[in-house]
Amino acid sequence: MPPSDIRGSNVETTVLGADEIILNMGPQHPSTHGVLRVKLFLDGEKVVKSECVIGYLHRGVEKIAEHRSYQQFAPYVDRMDYVAAVSNGLGYCEAVEKLMGVEAPPRARVIRTILTEMQRIASHLFWLGTHALDIGALTPLFYCLREREEILKIFEKYCGARLTTHAFRIGGLQYEAYDELEKDVERFCQGFDKRVDEYEALLTQNRIWVGRTKGIGIISAADAIAMGVTGPVLRASGVEWDLRKAAPYAAYDQYKFKIPTEKTGDTYDRYLVRMEEMRQSRLICLQAIENIPAGPILGKVGKVLKPPPGEVYHAIEAPKGELGYYIVSDGTTQPYRVRIRPPSLINLEALDQMIRGHLVADVVAIIGTLDIVLGEVDR
Amino acid sequence: MPLNNELVQRYKARFGEAIREAWIDRKQAILVVAPEQLLEIAQFSRDDEKFDMLSDLTAVDWPKREKRFDLVLILYSFAKNERLRLKALLGEGEPVTTVEGVWPTANWLERECYDMFGIVFAGHSNLKRLLLPEEWQGFPLRKDYDILQQDEAWVRENLGIESGQ
Amino acid sequence: MNLSAIVAAVLAWPYLWPLVFVLVIVLVLPLVAGYIVLVERKVMADMQVRLGPMRVGPHGLLQPIADAVKLLLKEDIIPESADKAIFWGAPLVSVTAAMLALAAIPIGPFFQIADLNIGLLYVLGISALGIFGIVFGGWASNSHYSLLGALRSAAQLLSYETSAGLAIVSALLLAGTLSMRGIVQVQDDEGVWLIFAAPIGFFIYLVASIAETNRAPFDMPEAESELVAGYMTEYSGFRWALYFLAEYTNMIVVSAIATTLFLGGWLRPFAGTSLFNFLDFFPPLSLLGVAVYCLYRAPKQPVAVQKMFMVGVSGLCAVVALILAAPLLAPSGSFLAGAKDGLHGGFWFLLKVSTYIYVFMWLRFTFPRYRFDQLMRLGWQFLVPLSIANVMGVAGALVLHRQFGWGRVPSFGLSVIFTLAVAAYLLTVGENPPHTREGKEEEIAGNA
Repeated sequence: MPPSDIRGSNVETTVLGADEIILNMGPQHPSTHGVLRVKLFLDGEKVVKSECVIGYLHRGVEKIAEHRSYQQFAPYVDRMDYVAAVSNGLGYCEAVEKLMGVEAPPRARVIRTILTEMQRIASHLFWLGTHALDIGALTPLFYCLREREEILKIFEKYCGARLTTHAFRIGGLQYEAYDELEKDVERFCQGFDKRVDEYEALLTQNRIWVGRTKGIGIISAADAIAMGVTGPVLRASGVEWDLRKAAPYAAYDQYKFKIPTEKTGDTYDRYLVRMEEMRQSRLICLQAIENIPAGPILGKVGKVLKPPPGEVYHAIEAPKGELGYYIVSDGTTQPYRVRIRPPSLINLEALDQMIRGHLVADVVAIIGTLDIVLGEVDR
Repeated sequence: MPLNNELVQRYKARFGEAIREAWIDRKQAILVVAPEQLLEIAQFSRDDEKFDMLSDLTAVDWPKREKRFDLVLILYSFAKNERLRLKALLGEGEPVTTVEGVWPTANWLERECYDMFGIVFAGHSNLKRLLLPEEWQGFPLRKDYDILQQDEAWVRENLGIESGQ
Repeated sequence: MNLSAIVAAVLAWPYLWPLVFVLVIVLVLPLVAGYIVLVERKVMADMQVRLGPMRVGPHGLLQPIADAVKLLLKEDIIPESADKAIFWGAPLVSVTAAMLALAAIPIGPFFQIADLNIGLLYVLGISALGIFGIVFGGWASNSHYSLLGALRSAAQLLSYETSAGLAIVSALLLAGTLSMRGIVQVQDDEGVWLIFAAPIGFFIYLVASIAETNRAPFDMPEAESELVAGYMTEYSGFRWALYFLAEYTNMIVVSAIATTLFLGGWLRPFAGTSLFNFLDFFPPLSLLGVAVYCLYRAPKQPVAVQKMFMVGVSGLCAVVALILAAPLLAPSGSFLAGAKDGLHGGFWFLLKVSTYIYVFMWLRFTFPRYRFDQLMRLGWQFLVPLSIANVMGVAGALVLHRQFGWGRVPSFGLSVIFTLAVAAYLLTVGENPPHTREGKEEEIAGNA
């Protein structure tokens, strides 16, 4: 298209040009991964501006937190990022433990690490399946779900639930690891590397996949940091930063793993980063199950939790990015304020910047590559 | 516990009285600043102290205080791998300058603050509600908003039902 | 007039057999298309590590019947502002064009409705008329997005007609005739299928035919249910079934063309070589194998009706195997032996068409979708130059072979190498980069 046809030079205008149309990707949409409404301002096929309308899944979780006790609030936290419930629980329990000044015993920390890494693999598998489905590859979804099924079976054996697990307790764990946990995790990890090779064989060198994802949705490192973007999105833009290494929590300081980073910050790089992250998570699990320390699983916490007044901010590396909990305690059994820093919300904010200048057909690919979960965006 | 390390000293040297308090709670540094100087302090934090990422921007409501709101900014520096919390005490109806120009991520975070607490950010490009519908009345995360309360008029008009409860 | 005279007169009527064939096709084709849908679902399920339809009928075999009944009984919704006459006629145009194209395609040496001497031209022309059905459908829906989707589909089909046509031209150069039967005859005479003489032409035709039938990875106009709904949105119930039937019939037509042109039509592999005459036993033996397998699986079925069904399928396969074996076992020179060409020809043709359709399905479930601009770029900037190069290569090979007396292998080998070189150039040096933001920045900056 000759440059004179592009009206992108004045994208901040609020008056619609004569040729601009608004296309609504409504809240009900197979590819927005939840109830997300994106208003696209188009010039022909190209997106000039976009606006996200969120809040369709707002459940007032932060308000509810102020009316529940600390233990009672833990199951609510799973429901935010429901694709990776275990990490939400980890972040919350560790934040409250910091607030109380207790530490979970070593055995609990290692088991927490194993379960969280398995959950990271499950979350990335789900992302891969749905992202590939949006771009048109119908088969990877079923392969990914087959692997994720194995992980969910392990969760079910451990705590009885597959999705909203409430696996951890403040101070450690409630349930002892079941007898075959190590064997199950090992069996899964042994076969998993070959499966990731299978997914990569289907997609990574595929001309069509590369054509649909390379150069799409680029965000530079400086922009990403300015927008507060975290997680694989930030790492794909070139910033080698992972909270598991920068501020280790649980048992991550004991294990050796790499932080996958790419340079360009386009959709293809984010895909590569997440694939490599799955492999690294598998390595962490293998290292962890070799040496689970014996000992108690619950630290010294009483039945009634009354943290001393004060506040704490604790962040973990959730599969989606930096999941932060800012908890203010006033000395009673109920938190005074719980603020959840949702990685998906802040990553979604960068959508407008990543979408501009792309075609309508790329919007779905870019939303998919951000890996958002609306439960977390809206809380 | 009160805090007076080099970081705090640099801030106090630059801003003097605007840094009202500095303490450390559970190994995390907190600076309480004057809301009038928040924008300059934010710029100083980003440019000189290298706190290039705004992790979170939120508020806490202490209704019994005269200045009821605690505006909380959680900053992170990649270079120093350090976190800092800035707090500004705001009264009811007291606006504060937006830090959107310093960290663009504050755009939505401030909208959510406005949505939930009613804190007005002066100079914000698009201060509309984020999570709740635009015409909603009331600010839910304030302590005087009951947990079962809702904007009855909006519910009746838009959802056609008497109450969502 | 006694009975035998009437019968003799009817049998001598030249339009009898074409009429019979037409009836067979019109009655059988919807059923066959429905079962191709079932096969697709089962193949999809197999590739996706699951089972597919299993409930309706044993192993889901009655699923197409259930779907057809459901679609027939659905409420016929017509949008209020739609253009009624065109809305009503659009699916009919698509289906008619697709079915008419089958008229000139020989399924065996005897089973052909009309042996036109311009058969190939007729088939190409009629199947191109199917594009009208799409455009009418989009227009009549009176919806902004339906029309855009229809226009995109039409643009895609037209673009790939060019390269498909040029690929066919390369096969025509070798065959020297437009008659479908004549083309197969040439392959019989030369003793080699045209795919070996013009392999790149076959590849081009394969890719172009996938785009022609709107199949993945070229199904953006219809699978783009995200934003643009596609021309089929406003159609429900039986009208939609007609569009669907048209699509699968198109698939069959396109596979039949490819089979006739490149894969030897109804010819057995190595038809001319008597060394491979044992391959004549492949049709009956393969079906007998299927029959034996079904019989073997029958006792393992959990439910009585499934057991009976497997036995029934086994019996059917055995009967067809017997029919196919009869010409081989009958004394030569008798009527049955003469039917060998017809019966076995039909078997080989259907086998090749099925393989081609299986490849369609295989590609659909393996590859992601092309974005529309990438699709058009591929059609015009890669396939059209490549197909032109292919025609040049084949023509050059024919000159070398016929006029300069070169052998078949060196001359056609040279043409393949030439065409591959052009393909390599087009894929690497000549390719424009996909839609990127860098380009956007420059253009926006240039405009500011």
